[in-house]
Amino acid sequence: MAKFKTPFLDELEKGPWPSFVTDIKRQAKTKPELEDLLGQVELSYKDKETHWKHGGIVGVFGYGGGVIGRYSDMPKEFPGVAHFHTVRVNQPSGLYYSTKYLGQLMEIWERRGSGLTNMHGSTGDMVLLGTTTDQLEEIFWELTHDLNTDLGGSGSNLRTPSCCLGMSRCEWACFDTQAACHHMTNHYQDELHRPAFPYKFKFKFSGCPNDCVAAIARSDMAFIGTWRDDIRIDQVAVGAYVNGELKPNAGAHSGRDWGKFDIVKEVINLCPSKCMSWDGKALKINNKECVRCMHCINVMPRALRPGLDKGCSILCGAKAPILEGQRLATLIVPFIKMEPPYEEVKGLIEKVWDWWMEHGKNRERLGELIGRVGMREFLKAIEVKAIPQMVKEPRSNPYIFWEESAVPGGWTRDLAAFRKKHPL
Amino acid sequence: MAYDPKNPMKDRITDIGPRNYEEFMPPVIKKNFGKWLYHEILEPGILMHKAESGDEVYTVRVAAARLMSIELIRDAMKIADKHCEGCLRWTTRNNIEFMVDNKSKLEPLKADLKANPMFPIGGTGAGVTNIVHTQGWIHCHTPAIDASGIVKSVMDDLFKHFQSMDLPAQVRIALACCLNMCGAVHCSDIAILGFHRKPPFVQHEVISQICEIPLAIAACPTGAIKPATVDGKKSVSVNGERCMFCGNCYTMCPAMPLMDAEADCVVIMVGGKISNRISAPKFSKVVIPALPSNPPRWPEVVAAVRNILETYAKNANKYERIGEWAERIGWERFFEKCNLPFDVKTIDDYTLAYDTLRTTTQFKFS
Repeated sequence: MAKFKTPFLDELEKGPWPSFVTDIKRQAKTKPELEDLLGQVELSYKDKETHWKHGGIVGVFGYGGGVIGRYSDMPKEFPGVAHFHTVRVNQPSGLYYSTKYLGQLMEIWERRGSGLTNMHGSTGDMVLLGTTTDQLEEIFWELTHDLNTDLGGSGSNLRTPSCCLGMSRCEWACFDTQAACHHMTNHYQDELHRPAFPYKFKFKFSGCPNDCVAAIARSDMAFIGTWRDDIRIDQVAVGAYVNGELKPNAGAHSGRDWGKFDIVKEVINLCPSKCMSWDGKALKINNKECVRCMHCINVMPRALRPGLDKGCSILCGAKAPILEGQRLATLIVPFIKMEPPYEEVKGLIEKVWDWWMEHGKNRERLGELIGRVGMREFLKAIEVKAIPQMVKEPRSNPYIFWEESAVPGGWTRDLAAFRKKHPL
Repeated sequence: MAYDPKNPMKDRITDIGPRNYEEFMPPVIKKNFGKWLYHEILEPGILMHKAESGDEVYTVRVAAARLMSIELIRDAMKIADKHCEGCLRWTTRNNIEFMVDNKSKLEPLKADLKANPMFPIGGTGAGVTNIVHTQGWIHCHTPAIDASGIVKSVMDDLFKHFQSMDLPAQVRIALACCLNMCGAVHCSDIAILGFHRKPPFVQHEVISQICEIPLAIAACPTGAIKPATVDGKKSVSVNGERCMFCGNCYTMCPAMPLMDAEADCVVIMVGGKISNRISAPKFSKVVIPALPSNPPRWPEVVAAVRNILETYAKNANKYERIGEWAERIGWERFFEKCNLPFDVKTIDDYTLAYDTLRTTTQFKFS
């Protein structure tokens, strides 16, 4: 017999999409605190307001991140969720798991938590949802000692880096996103766990410009795979697409009859830089003019492949609107080889952090700081030269902040001599 | 050896990072790492990746509610143990993927997944995949709306597009329960966003005890919060006309709550994308400034999302994302085709406003 009646939530047990309510109800049979969670959420459905209290600082010794305190504002009515803290567990790159490891994690969470998780949180962590303060050190001990794993980031820290599945199962990955993500996560453990930044800082690693991990929209530093030589072409396979032997876009459009594949309409004319041509026999690409948008490769994966000189572009400053408006990341480094030990990349990262920590205001993301003081200051600080690839177009106002050293004769002038020529 | 609360620092291990992903990859994935030739989507939710070695890996993608119990994860583990050599993975959009290294293993895997209604197969190609979302009322202290319940309602309604690939391109839907936007709703084809519409309360009697007043004042991006003395106590005043309801003051100061059942609403944004494919990544744009937040099924939100999706599906060209379609036909035409009212609230008046105004005589008559 359920502890609370949940007529609103019961409605969400209908329909074909997996129901979190059905799932929680089943788990509540062995984890009674979830009865209280259902009761509180049902009340939120009635009140149309959350019943979680603001904040609450909890954590494990020595870390400032990884645990988020959460308390019910109705602890008497719902004692099982009076404390219901979140534990962020650092996910393995590419989100692959063995059942052995997952089983160990589930066992800890059955014994020490509510039995409810997010697989995964928006930043990528395995999020364990709902435990009490007295369990936090115990959980941390077991995660580190028994599972050889660690917490993720929260607060004004480096947030848990995340990546697409990269070379593990994608033919387009231009660098090993998983290795880069794993390496950076381990190298910057101090920044991940101990708040020293003005605000959050995100790294995301995407293997190609399709950007399956949303690096360009969400990360303060985005690493997006690309190549700088020629697209590899198999002309026989191109012909097979044209003849209808192969399905375009790997079969992604097979749910509707779009008619016969038309390479001119669907590839040549959609190319953003118009660098391709088709003479009825062979596909030609003027690679120098290609902007590597991925469309032709996506449409004909068996005929076209990224080049062999692979690496990544680095873009900085993306974020959602809070506070000063949304920003997409800005191109800073068009191409860099992305291979261990990543020394050059680390050098750049640390210059970015030094500048941001020195000049950033409390709760000011990197992109906002760049917006406030300008790209010129940013590029100077990170010692990167300005190049046309960084802009959509050059500035349209001429209010250039010249430095004295760049002006002939400097700024020192002789007023008396001036007035001799131009009396008042 | 167990944790000793009397001696918390003894034998403590810290900063070891996550487990190495290489431990968890299925053998066929490990063997062909970095040596994949191409892939095909055999049917909705079923992928085949071909390696240079000739090996093939068959992947079955299933939906998940993101909010998952350990029992449900154990159900997934049982299937992975039986069919997939004890390996499975999640996608960046919270689907679960099961992989086998031989086509003969595919049908038995599919049969076991189909036997469990919690694991519907789909989410690939030119369709709707899982909605990325936030915590909502299930676990967050600042939400204007729930997350899981709206996602469930919308995905129930769009389920056939999860299990088919009948759209002009993929449609990525995301939900954020407040403006903090944990998740990339600001660059999604369709974004569902929770929004507060009343300025914060000020709890004058406690604000000076539980908040740093200068921090609360500095937190306001529009300068709407000013220092004030109320009944002899240090506090703040809020100029409601300058408030854009971002909630940043509440984040800094619990004595300034915003939530309000009557006013909290849902904003629908459209036309964002992340991929660089064909056109540049784009922000989502506000097309419906406010819909009522009506639990448990949010019928107005479900209908609005369906309307936009179906109008797009009927009108867009192959490969065209929602934002690309809207830009091709013009946004004035987008509002007309989707039968959406336009008013002044849809015109930007915040920091990047000028970039969005029309500065040409080239327009279309409605």
